[in-house]
Amino acid sequence: MPMLRFWLLPWLLTFLLAFTPAELALADGAPFSLPPLPYPSAALEPAIDATTLAIHHDLHHQAYVANLNNAVGADPSLQGLGLETLLKRPSRRSAAVRNNAGGHWNHSFFWESMAAPGQGGAPSAALLEAIDRDFGSFAQFQASFKAAGLGRFGSGWVWLIVNPKGALEVVSTANQDNPLMDHAERRGTPLLGNDIWEHAYYLQYQNRRADYLDAWWSVVNWEVVSGRYAERLA
Amino acid sequence: MTHQLPALPYDLDALEPHISRQTLEFHHGKHHAGYVTNLNKLVEGTDLDGKGLEEVIQAVAGDPSKAGIFNNAAQVWNHTFYWQGMKAGGGGAPTGALAEKIAADFGSYDAFVEQFKAAGATQFGSGWAWLVLDGGTLKITKTANADLPLAHGQTALLTMDVWEHAYYLDYQNRRPDYMTTFLDKLVNWDFVAANLAAA
Repeated sequence: MPMLRFWLLPWLLTFLLAFTPAELALADGAPFSLPPLPYPSAALEPAIDATTLAIHHDLHHQAYVANLNNAVGADPSLQGLGLETLLKRPSRRSAAVRNNAGGHWNHSFFWESMAAPGQGGAPSAALLEAIDRDFGSFAQFQASFKAAGLGRFGSGWVWLIVNPKGALEVVSTANQDNPLMDHAERRGTPLLGNDIWEHAYYLQYQNRRADYLDAWWSVVNWEVVSGRYAERLA
Repeated sequence: MTHQLPALPYDLDALEPHISRQTLEFHHGKHHAGYVTNLNKLVEGTDLDGKGLEEVIQAVAGDPSKAGIFNNAAQVWNHTFYWQGMKAGGGGAPTGALAEKIAADFGSYDAFVEQFKAAGATQFGSGWAWLVLDGGTLKITKTANADLPLAHGQTALLTMDVWEHAYYLDYQNRRPDYMTTFLDKLVNWDFVAANLAAA
């Protein structure tokens, strides 16, 4: 029946998009797993030391994955849902799902956003043009990003996003929230995110968050960030 | 009146090996001092200039436009209170009237320990776990970031800082180990008993 197939199509697409191949492969066990770091734990020195990166990835990120699996495992209505589906409507979810789905997504995105110093390439022409258009200059974008990172009281993240109107914005979120979440003050597509929980920098920088924010620019993977922008424009 | 950083009530290495000298140097000398400096800058020349710390906190609590003043004032108060709640050779179960009150309101000291640790463990992100007196009854609460019992009509008796900066140099991601050590080795029950008696 053609009519039935027509009706089913969007539902099928939604259903298929909710599963990444990795999630399908693990369907019988825990749905989420810790992605490996895309570089050795010493690769981001001197901006981020190897000990910090190893603890951050192997213990903190791992805990979000384990706690997310526990939260999903305890609630039959969440079985089979993909990570973005779980995190984008925190107003409908428990705190455990919101915090741990956010923690898993944010950290996975964070590792991919970085590269060894000198290996991250440069922002694409399109991204630079948008940065100039929306911030005035690259230096003003960096100043705005740093101010947002310093202004986030307590734990959280600072982001470069593309807002629903297509403009770039710097925003920050508390704890493990992010701009994909329906309750975010400013929603949008994240291009870049920096972790400003103290665990991201305390062993190396202690109270000097400003120094961490400055040093972090040396490990941004601009090729990845530019790729995300191109994908958002496509 | 300018707000001042109070001296620690013990030497920087007094809480070793449970809380290191290095942690206290940063925590008191940089974080706590930073809140005092920021608070003084924020209130200078405003109608809060010259007001006492608790008066400032109560004047701005719940006002989103004054969040910066609240955060810094409350963090000055919280840290001063946190230092006093610890001592070398502290921890373990209290005695006397306080022990009886804990048994009466929580069932047992062990039940208090369980609830206090649960509050610290489930305070997601930065914040504090508290033992408070609320309408004559002991209660365990937790607050995010700078928030504190004074803003909720409760009397603080004891607090444990669960911002990562409180324990990260010594315990890294092991917040549960820090909490166990806090209760077993550090709590200054004399301070808690005095707060209860004065409430």
